[in-house]
Amino acid sequence: MEPKFKPGDVVRIREDYPARHFRTPGYVQGKTGTIAAVHNAFRNPESLAYGGDGLPRQYLYLVYLTQTHLWEHYTAAQDKLYIDIYEHWLERA
Amino acid sequence: MRHVHDRGGWPDVGAVNPTEHNYTVWEKRIHALMRVLTRHHLFRVDEMRRTIESMTLHDYETLSYYERWITAIEHLMIEKGVLTCKEIEERIAQVETLQR
Repeated sequence: MEPKFKPGDVVRIREDYPARHFRTPGYVQGKTGTIAAVHNAFRNPESLAYGGDGLPRQYLYLVYLTQTHLWEHYTAAQDKLYIDIYEHWLERA
Repeated sequence: MRHVHDRGGWPDVGAVNPTEHNYTVWEKRIHALMRVLTRHHLFRVDEMRRTIESMTLHDYETLSYYERWITAIEHLMIEKGVLTCKEIEERIAQVETLQR
């Protein structure tokens, strides 16, 4: 299995609040960022959290977003947030 | 709906208190208990995290860090059938008697 995205790709983080465990915080959902790095493929914590085997493994990416895009009153345009996001939470922007 | 732990951007919660403290014996024991239980595959840390995140807002806000851990461990031991509520309650009563 190959990663779907590569560094430099622009991605949108999906907006979803399933009634189960997930690792994508609300404040980045629906926002657009850029892939900084592909970490690796890991067992899916959304399955591990219920005693599952976490398979198939999911690629985990380091994604960066500008702080001004995240917070309404943020002024330092150069500041970025780096956050780890699993592949099934990302779509091409 | 956002879960209790998903705090980024919540209005009016104030700054995070970054102060460290020297861990008490019971906090160390809870940490050790978690390590022993996961080492013996009784649950995974992901399950503990899910359990903590499922707490009511009141519990999440009023319990300390390791109180959340022990609450989650108790919940998981019951969920997995390792212990029953009755066994835990009986043991607590026993310990309380010993301490008097």
